[in-house]
Amino acid sequence: MNGAPDTIKFLVRDLRPVRRLAPPVLRAGLWLCAVAAAAGLAVVLFGQPAELAARLSSPALAVEFAATLLTGIAAVFAAFQLSVPDRSRAWVLLPIAPLAVWLAASGSQCWHALSTSEGMHAEPGCLFFIVGAGAPLTLSLLYLLRRAAPLEPLRTALLGALGAGALTAAVLQFFHPFDVTFPDLGFHAAAVGVLLALAAAAAQLTRPSKGF
Amino acid sequence: MAGATMEAGPALPQEKVLERLMARVQDGDEQAYRQLLESIVPLLRAVSRRTLRRPHDVEDAVQDILLTLHRVRHTYEPSRPFLPWLIAIARRRIIDRQRRAGRERRREAAFAAEAETFRGLVANRPVTFEDSDLMAAMVNLTATERRAIELLKLRELSLKEASAVSGVSTTALKVAVHRAIRRLRGLLGGQP
Repeated sequence: MNGAPDTIKFLVRDLRPVRRLAPPVLRAGLWLCAVAAAAGLAVVLFGQPAELAARLSSPALAVEFAATLLTGIAAVFAAFQLSVPDRSRAWVLLPIAPLAVWLAASGSQCWHALSTSEGMHAEPGCLFFIVGAGAPLTLSLLYLLRRAAPLEPLRTALLGALGAGALTAAVLQFFHPFDVTFPDLGFHAAAVGVLLALAAAAAQLTRPSKGF
Repeated sequence: MAGATMEAGPALPQEKVLERLMARVQDGDEQAYRQLLESIVPLLRAVSRRTLRRPHDVEDAVQDILLTLHRVRHTYEPSRPFLPWLIAIARRRIIDRQRRAGRERRREAAFAAEAETFRGLVANRPVTFEDSDLMAAMVNLTATERRAIELLKLRELSLKEASAVSGVSTTALKVAVHRAIRRLRGLLGGQP
């Protein structure tokens, strides 16, 4: 029954030096810098930053943009924190506030657009943009998160996907110089949903049979 | 976090010592690794016992924790306390073990001696001397046959014991039981 001594012998025999994982804040910061550099390059080459700057003069739109960006950053930081065993599970709450502001701001814009009968304009391209750009971001993030040892792999992966989706939605604003309409919001939500499903499937498929 | 208040085994070194050992483990020091693992096993058993009842579940959980520690040892930061890191891993493995044990309990029913022998209701009715058809039928037996049934079948004595109690030879008892059973079968509607 008592197999611990045998297990210890086995583990000691199997010991190899390992490269220590950098602190989660540093890893999250580096990943965000890489994403910012890639997004910056894309905006310079293909974006419409002047239109976005004009739109951001509206406080409501500025709040929505800031909330989207903050949701992405907060979710990514939280995912990296949760990927290490001894960090508080409360990190999962970090993106809740900006996410709530983002949803409320988008919802209020939709309501405004619907009430002025302009609300049925839709851009399905948003869905493809968020999924197309968000999927590689999500996968790269999941790869880095798996390198750590998330105690709750599914929750960590979902946070990562939320972060990648929100960041992509924020970058989308540089290519999307018009108000968000109700169908647009649906497309954005569907796109983030696709990323979450992708992350959940990836977390399940890469789950080790024993261990994290 | 939990480390400071944790129920430590008697041999558990100071946390600073464990932190230094773990840092050496990450560099591949086998001696430090053996010392660290042997030091923490009593603590892991104590933590596991709080949640898991069955001794083999406790031992399995301890081994799961050791294997997980081995696999994720690169995630420990030497600048941070060791015990919260270890306990977080331990708790997760214990929860997993508890869930597994719960699933096993739901899937596997413990064997209980069943009172039911046949599906018919009559077969499973408790037999009492007052209401049994058998007892009514026994009225039709001879005194010797009735006595033989009572001693050998109802009181389940051996032939020798029944002979000693009744003063009837074992051969006579055998014959009496045989005849009694044949007659009862006929009376109760079974094949004679």
